[in-house]
Amino acid sequence: MLPEVSVKMNKSIKKKLIYQVNVFRSVFILLTICVFATFFSPDFLSVPNLFNVLKQITVAGIVGCGMTFVILTGGIDLSVGSIVGLAGVLSAGVLASTGNPVLAVLTAVGVGIICGAANGFFISQCGIPPFIATLGMMTLLRGCILVYTKGSPIPIKLDTYKFIGKGNIIGIPVPVIILILLLLLAHYILTQTAFGRSVYAFGGNREASRLSGISVKKTEWKVYIINGLLCGIAAIVLTARLGSAQSTSGEGIEMDAIAAVILGGTSLSGGVGFVLPTVVGAMIMGIIDNILTLMNVNPHATNIVKGAVILIAVLVDKKVKDLSAKAEQ
Amino acid sequence: MQDKELILKLDSIVKVFPGVKALDGVQLEVRAGEVHALCGENGAGKSTLMKIISGAQSYTSGKIIMEGEEVVFHSTKDAERRGIAMIYQEFNMVRDLSVAENMYLGRLPKTKLGMVDWKKLYQDAQEVLNKLGLKFNCKTKVRNLSVAESQMTEIAKCLTIGAKVIIMDEPTAALTDDEIKVLFGIIDELKKKNIAILYISHRMDEIFQISDRLTVFRDGKYIATKNIEDTDYDDVVSMMVGRNVTNLYPVRQYQPQEVVFELQNINSKGIFDLNMKLYKGEILGIAGLLGSGNIELSKVIYGALPMKHGDILINGKKKDCSSPIKAIAAGIGFISDDRKQEGLVLIRNVKENISMSSLKKLTKGIQLDKKLEKKRVNDQVKRLNIKISSIQQNTGNLSGGNQQKVVFAKVLEANPTICIFDEPTRGVDVGAKAEIYTIMDQLTKDGKSIILISSDLPELIGMSDRVLIMREGKIVMEVSKSEANQEIILAHASGGVSENE
Repeated sequence: MLPEVSVKMNKSIKKKLIYQVNVFRSVFILLTICVFATFFSPDFLSVPNLFNVLKQITVAGIVGCGMTFVILTGGIDLSVGSIVGLAGVLSAGVLASTGNPVLAVLTAVGVGIICGAANGFFISQCGIPPFIATLGMMTLLRGCILVYTKGSPIPIKLDTYKFIGKGNIIGIPVPVIILILLLLLAHYILTQTAFGRSVYAFGGNREASRLSGISVKKTEWKVYIINGLLCGIAAIVLTARLGSAQSTSGEGIEMDAIAAVILGGTSLSGGVGFVLPTVVGAMIMGIIDNILTLMNVNPHATNIVKGAVILIAVLVDKKVKDLSAKAEQ
Repeated sequence: MQDKELILKLDSIVKVFPGVKALDGVQLEVRAGEVHALCGENGAGKSTLMKIISGAQSYTSGKIIMEGEEVVFHSTKDAERRGIAMIYQEFNMVRDLSVAENMYLGRLPKTKLGMVDWKKLYQDAQEVLNKLGLKFNCKTKVRNLSVAESQMTEIAKCLTIGAKVIIMDEPTAALTDDEIKVLFGIIDELKKKNIAILYISHRMDEIFQISDRLTVFRDGKYIATKNIEDTDYDDVVSMMVGRNVTNLYPVRQYQPQEVVFELQNINSKGIFDLNMKLYKGEILGIAGLLGSGNIELSKVIYGALPMKHGDILINGKKKDCSSPIKAIAAGIGFISDDRKQEGLVLIRNVKENISMSSLKKLTKGIQLDKKLEKKRVNDQVKRLNIKISSIQQNTGNLSGGNQQKVVFAKVLEANPTICIFDEPTRGVDVGAKAEIYTIMDQLTKDGKSIILISSDLPELIGMSDRVLIMREGKIVMEVSKSEANQEIILAHASGGVSENE
């Protein structure tokens, strides 16, 4: 009897341990990378540098929040980079012609919502797979940007607008404050509201959700609208920080955002995950960028390291999941 | 028969699922060239046993002996190599490839250059089809075949891999009478080739028509093996049911009350001009074979499948039930026959699953009232006696009975007045079954009405106050509780009796 009992206990401890590792996996990766970073460059731990990292990741972080919603439903949005770009140039354009920052902000948010709603329409109402629908939108919106800007950047001259990207409130950069507020809001929506529940249920089992009286089409549509809205806000932050809107701005953000979500441990098949670890995922990507810069690594080589980290993280993820599945049995 | 050689022998096979012993020391002997029927109610362990024989599932302990040699199958490929092939209820074929390609999938003949030897492929395939007396061309795409023809293709495929034992799981479920005749002809051919057939069917008449021997299982245990000449219908049924039936089903004390629910001229895919009435506090059973339209009807009422036209009346008022949301609002609750695909979100916890249909009621302002939710969920867990360690447990890790109770809790949480239960005890062990029956009885005492759809006839008869029998999308017969028995229901459901008799 006795050895059997101890095996059982061992199993339950192992199970708990694996569970903990599972939940805080992204934090573990982040801490490991921070240790390495301090080791490689003493400048890393300085306050200005850390704020710098945080500022760098705000755009990917905000977009990642929206992407988490999308991936929780089992979908994907490749068009986020183009939405950010279009919302940015139109916002800058409105600012240049009217000089009204409120109007410019509303434009960016509005463009984001409209683009997100269009994605959601094709996906939830027409049944086009998210990958295809947003791939089409990605190209289409990028084309709109080029037509509107004719390839040349639109400068931002108004300081009130630039404040959103460059200002500080009680010593904390405004973009970081915006990120934290949005993050808390997204977390609240996902965990405290009926809509959040529907998102998880939808991603876990669409048919069971439909038969349980959840409005699956509306839920899916709303998710893409939220994602679009967040892209609009990210566009404002990006444009204000750079001081101009360019035809290329936002390019590649989709990959950063998706990587952040995956590093955050959200399941690509949907139904499991949280929004807070997504930002941790974004921080991991940001810190890697930061150390490589501090270490004067050839900027062209950064992508190699970033890509490798994603692959390793996902590999570890799979191993941990297999282990926890075994422990369950 | 006796002199035929033993080809496959199973000895004290045990299979344990988390929380359930699905098979408890089961044995089975199959002889070459015989049709061996497996009988048992739902949950008796037939399907699990078949999966084990075909290598689709592992077993906890026991032995499989094939042609005098102990074998262990790690996959269906392993089993196929040893000559055991299974024809599934849902067919495993690549719909866009030809019949010939499907028959030789993974084993396409090759020329010396390593290219597919199409000529040989089509020649061989057509030869096998001809041998079985099949009239379709081997170049036809599987997509264009009828259900029966794709099934025949599967059988032909079994021949090409040199199967010695072919397992058929409910092969006639989706076939018409004429197609069944063709299938039985083919089974005779296979017998002549000394191939053994393990035949699973709920249709007793078929079993007596074609099998040589049968083995009965009950609640995961081996009961008996008999030659078909030495047994009869009543004998088999009593072996299948075995237990004391009166204890399992609560004594119903239904007194006729007013009509609460009415269907008028319901038309949908496979359902034609259907009318019925449901009384308050009543359990109304709807019997029917697969394809009779009873499951489809339940989904049409609930708005899960589209209705062409017809009216649904609740308490005499027309209600719009064109979507599950509207049906729930109108007071209809629904339990699907497939709880894993349509009932639960297996990767989420018990709490979230139970409150899934009543999120609106649990919302205060914009946010969920988690205290109220926890209280209500705990109440349901206690009321339905759901055995879990915590309401945070994932539903995917629960036993079948507890999963089903979670589905019940979800539906009851939305407080429906009309409950539609499709196969409410499928894959549920006997203990939980009895509990579910008690819950159903209690619900009707609380003034709810239940439509019960079940292929488990003892259950249908034991629980229903009245039974409607459906065939080909129509109600062909209504019997009261006192008149209902398996023979009458099966006879009418299978069309063995014309309506005028």
